[in-house]
Amino acid sequence: MLLIPCPHCGARPENEFRNAGEAHIARPAEADDAAWADYLYMRTNPKGVFIERWRHIHGCGRFFNCVRHTVTDRIIATYKAGDPRPSLDVLRAWSEHAR
Amino acid sequence: MSGAFRTASGGRIDRTQPILFGFDGRAMTGFRGDTLASALLANGVHLVGRSFKYHRPRGIVAAGSEEPNALVTVDRGGGRLTPNLRATQLELRRDLKATSQNRFPSLDFDIGAVNNLFSPLFSAGFYYKTFMWPASFWKHVYEPLIRSAAGLGRAPTEPDPDRYLHRYAHCDVLVIGAGPAGLAAALAAAETGARVILCDEQSEPGGSLLAETEARIEGRPAAEWAAGVARALAGQDRVTVLPRTTAFGWFPDNLIGLAERVTDHQDRPDPRLPRERLWQVRAREVVIAAGAIERPLVFPGNDRPGVMLADAGRIYANRYGVRVGDRAVIATAGDSGYRAALALLGAGATIAAIADLREDPAGAAVEAARQAGIAIRPGTAIAGSRGGHRVTEASLRRIGGSDRVERLDCDVLLMSGGFTPAVHMFSQSRGRLRFDAALQAFLPGKSAARERSAGACNGRFDLEGCLDEGFTAGAAAAKAAGCGSPRTRRFARAGAVPAPGGFLGAVPGTGKGKAFVDFQNDVTAKDLQLATREGFRSIEHVKRYTTTGMATDQGKTSNMNALAIVAGALDRPIPEVGLTTFRMPYTPVTFGTIAGASRGMLFDPLRHTPIHDWASEHGAVFEDVGNWKRARYFPRSGEDMHQAVARECTAVRMAAGMFDASTLGKIEVVGPDAATFLERMYTNAWARLAPGRLRYGLMLNEAGFIMDDGVIARLAPDRFHVTTTTGGAPGVLNHMEDYLQTEFTDLKVWLTSITEQYAVIAVQGPRAREIIAPLVEGIDLSPAAMPHMSVQTGQICGVATRLFRVSFTGELGFEINVPADHGRAVWEAVLQAGAAYGIVPYGTEAMHVLRAEKGYIIVGQETDGTVTPADAGLDWAIGKAKKDFVGKRSLSRPDIVAPGRKQLVGLLTHSPQEVLEEGAQLVADPHAEIPMRMIGHVTSSYHSAALGRSIALALVADGRSLLGQTLYVPMPDRMIAVTLVAPVFYDQEGRRLDG
Amino acid sequence: MADPAAARVHPLAVLGAGSMPGAGATLRALPPACRISLRADPQVAAAIAAAIGLPLPEAMCRANVLGARAALRLGPDEWLLIGPEAAGESLARVAMAVPGPASVVDVSHRSTALEIAGPRAVAVLGAFCALDLDAAAFPVGMCTRTLLGKAEIVLWRSAAECFRIEVWRSFAPYVWNCLEEGRLEFFI
Repeated sequence: MLLIPCPHCGARPENEFRNAGEAHIARPAEADDAAWADYLYMRTNPKGVFIERWRHIHGCGRFFNCVRHTVTDRIIATYKAGDPRPSLDVLRAWSEHAR
Repeated sequence: MSGAFRTASGGRIDRTQPILFGFDGRAMTGFRGDTLASALLANGVHLVGRSFKYHRPRGIVAAGSEEPNALVTVDRGGGRLTPNLRATQLELRRDLKATSQNRFPSLDFDIGAVNNLFSPLFSAGFYYKTFMWPASFWKHVYEPLIRSAAGLGRAPTEPDPDRYLHRYAHCDVLVIGAGPAGLAAALAAAETGARVILCDEQSEPGGSLLAETEARIEGRPAAEWAAGVARALAGQDRVTVLPRTTAFGWFPDNLIGLAERVTDHQDRPDPRLPRERLWQVRAREVVIAAGAIERPLVFPGNDRPGVMLADAGRIYANRYGVRVGDRAVIATAGDSGYRAALALLGAGATIAAIADLREDPAGAAVEAARQAGIAIRPGTAIAGSRGGHRVTEASLRRIGGSDRVERLDCDVLLMSGGFTPAVHMFSQSRGRLRFDAALQAFLPGKSAARERSAGACNGRFDLEGCLDEGFTAGAAAAKAAGCGSPRTRRFARAGAVPAPGGFLGAVPGTGKGKAFVDFQNDVTAKDLQLATREGFRSIEHVKRYTTTGMATDQGKTSNMNALAIVAGALDRPIPEVGLTTFRMPYTPVTFGTIAGASRGMLFDPLRHTPIHDWASEHGAVFEDVGNWKRARYFPRSGEDMHQAVARECTAVRMAAGMFDASTLGKIEVVGPDAATFLERMYTNAWARLAPGRLRYGLMLNEAGFIMDDGVIARLAPDRFHVTTTTGGAPGVLNHMEDYLQTEFTDLKVWLTSITEQYAVIAVQGPRAREIIAPLVEGIDLSPAAMPHMSVQTGQICGVATRLFRVSFTGELGFEINVPADHGRAVWEAVLQAGAAYGIVPYGTEAMHVLRAEKGYIIVGQETDGTVTPADAGLDWAIGKAKKDFVGKRSLSRPDIVAPGRKQLVGLLTHSPQEVLEEGAQLVADPHAEIPMRMIGHVTSSYHSAALGRSIALALVADGRSLLGQTLYVPMPDRMIAVTLVAPVFYDQEGRRLDG
Repeated sequence: MADPAAARVHPLAVLGAGSMPGAGATLRALPPACRISLRADPQVAAAIAAAIGLPLPEAMCRANVLGARAALRLGPDEWLLIGPEAAGESLARVAMAVPGPASVVDVSHRSTALEIAGPRAVAVLGAFCALDLDAAAFPVGMCTRTLLGKAEIVLWRSAAECFRIEVWRSFAPYVWNCLEEGRLEFFI
């Protein structure tokens, strides 16, 4: 059971949370069929640093973003929904750190 | 009286408390403080089981949790049957009844032992090679045969009557192992005020110190010191000491699983205690002080009863006052054999000889043995053993010398290949192991978790080193956890002797016969060599092919020897061959421990509505809907389900029925942007819905498929009362929150679940208005003031209500929402008021029939996640003028608008009393060749009392263009003809809605 | 006909007798209460708090108590207001009268409350709840939604050895039975 740092409540056991898939996937206002299918179904599924959404469903109820390393399962950082995606440099540094 | 092999004095047993116990029906006596193993040995019993594959007689090998052979079944009566318990960990208690395993009919005479004669057949990969063909034999011949022969012990067949419990715990420092290193670590951490948990798998803290007779720490005998330290620690507020507690698994973020055996050692456990407890400890820092495990020597006949680990022999003598034999031969690769020899000598045994693999053994232990007059054979290997149910002879051979073999009579043969550090927990924490060439052992290398190892598991085998390293680790852990530092402490100690030296692999120059590496899975050195000859290179493959290290002991005593043999055969250095992965559990954990209290009524919450008890008192038959119990029908005496449902349906159509709809999901949507939010979440238009009105709402997921539906009431410009399906309630709220929090963040609106705030009573039928009229205050029920699909607030029976005029039956209907505590009282009042009109309570089954007669879909029954509004005939529910709503874009995807999609239709069977099976497939041509092309399936099917015949709903490819045509439902024994019709069977014009 | 308004059924009535006292941790069902779920941006929420005379906690997961009333901050824009049942209607009316976007929803009957108190209360909760309930990690006045076994609850440490549990009514018997199971060993 992971210990997940909720940006609002602090570190809490994983059973209070629910994963909500990849983060920073914008809902397109306009999209042709291919772009819309991409939005609906295509995800990056990387080996390494991954930004995903979690909801503190049995806590404050907030959705938030979480940077997790998919190989080590280590959570590197969490930040509130709506906050900007970390820069590539930051992600690269985190990736090194989490290896 | 407690056995012929009990020493006159000494040990940590309580000689004033003799205990009667049984093994395979034979009554014996031991003492409080014994394990089953020590008590059996005290009675001269070595033979305790038969081996897995060859059914060879096997004896007790070890004195701790690494024991591979001495697995027994304990029956505590009343279904309390536990197989595969290690006799070496099983504490003796009054009337303990243990039986040996893997033998038939008896341990002394075992039919399966013929396997031993055919053993050449059973080489590595035997199963894979033998049961290859014919393929048809696998299912009916080979598999049942293998299954009946395989396995250790027998699983219990009755439900386990014992209680189990979990405990979540948190600490700054968890110390795994309460030997010298662990105790010192706990002392250091506790001194800083840290929250400390100290666990140990043995019955009392102390670890190796419990078998020390000479060592002294801080002026006291080592075991006494350990007991004192443990007592002092346990007395501190912020320290928890857990004996009989095995750290078995390491989970992410320093969550450690501990299995505590709470009551098995007690004579008469209090039933209020759990039998076992799973601790889930979240530790900021962990100190692993798990000790080390002695390795057997691999030589022919090393599995005979009476062949034991040397240190086990010493522990039985020193800790339990048991002489494991009268005449011992000792084969060793280090000092352990000498320490054992001295202990056995002290216990009254004769030592025939010590055969030492080392050419020039030296040091204090060797000297002490020499002084005691023990014959020492340096540079000598153990070459083999003889004996039936007990070893009777050991043969020794000079390494590099002639073939001359020295045969020595003995009744016990002690062996030591040196010690393997117990790096299991470190490895589970994903730390990387490194091979220490000097120690010929894998040791903790780079950490991956917040932990540190100390003592023997870290390669420190001397007492002083263990104490110091433990204390330093405990202090460092506390500091890393933010708890400050302890004063430095030196543990003055005397007398303990380090035991260096060791040997990996098969003993050289031995003769013929089976040299076992893995006792529990019957894997020999030859099997491993054969595997490498057959081309296996990876240790992971060798493990699976030969099954070495795969039994319940997970290769505790065997892995290093196996690795060395494979490395030798491949002519590669050990670290290059590498270790197999260490997996949890360290020792087996019962299902009870894992399940904890989650069984019976605590397995899952059972949700009851406020009206449940009334239903239960009035004979309702319930069904499970999610975690809810819902009344399915209310049979009167003599009625079966069919009759009850028909009666309930008829009452609703003719007079009135009442239905507990409390489980419907309910969400209060409040805020200035509430209507805008609903515009985006539902397909329908909401902006112009007037307060006081209801509308059916259809919710899609982003892919355009139907996700949920329900009636939504606008209570005020900024306040909606949304209903959802029963099962969909949590998912719908989550879906709404998702869009609200992450997509439509500009909207000022909030969502509050009110599912459980209200009890909901549906009153449906032509007399519904008349029935509730006298109960209602402040609400004008007239059709003009309260038309179909409207809502009013007021009072019913003196209780505030949100009264909906709504129908899921096609009849005039109301849904009464009242605060839940009042639900039952209002229900009973309505029932009483309706009695004169013939009102009846109806259940979910009648509800299903009534709505199907009207062609109303149920999400999850007519839909399966691939059904669009158009498929379900719900185009009318889509706000065509709306710019956007969740799922809108998907409705114009090519696949969604393509012809050939399954569409909702009604089915009428040609024989009216035939009720189709839900899920049955539809075909166009009854004479087509099998497999037939299936063009649709039945989603709902009932007998309709109102129509006097069966009805069904179905999804059929292009179904709406096939109305009037005949399709077929193939069943195993016949073909059922059906006509496709529009999916509304009753009151197509909808006149009945107004009563 | 009995007055249905008076004939109420407590969500835990199904359990009958109630809990044996003592033994390290006592368990009791608390009487009905007024409960309001208040959702608003903090500034608007503060105005509502001023109107109803109940200051809202500014920190997450903290409760403010004033007399018989309490405000629990369960989320960044979410407070649970608890008070005596009689105060319910006026409280909701006043709260709704405050201008500004907010959501005031009566959830009095949605939940019921239990109280577990005594020196072993933490251990009993620890059998089912994965939170660290040490006084340093979960001090008096802390409150949060969490899980107890498989049921969602609001856990509020109202005193050093006293916890109030708010639980949706249909989960209340499950939570009650869990806590009784956890208490059992402390009768010895």
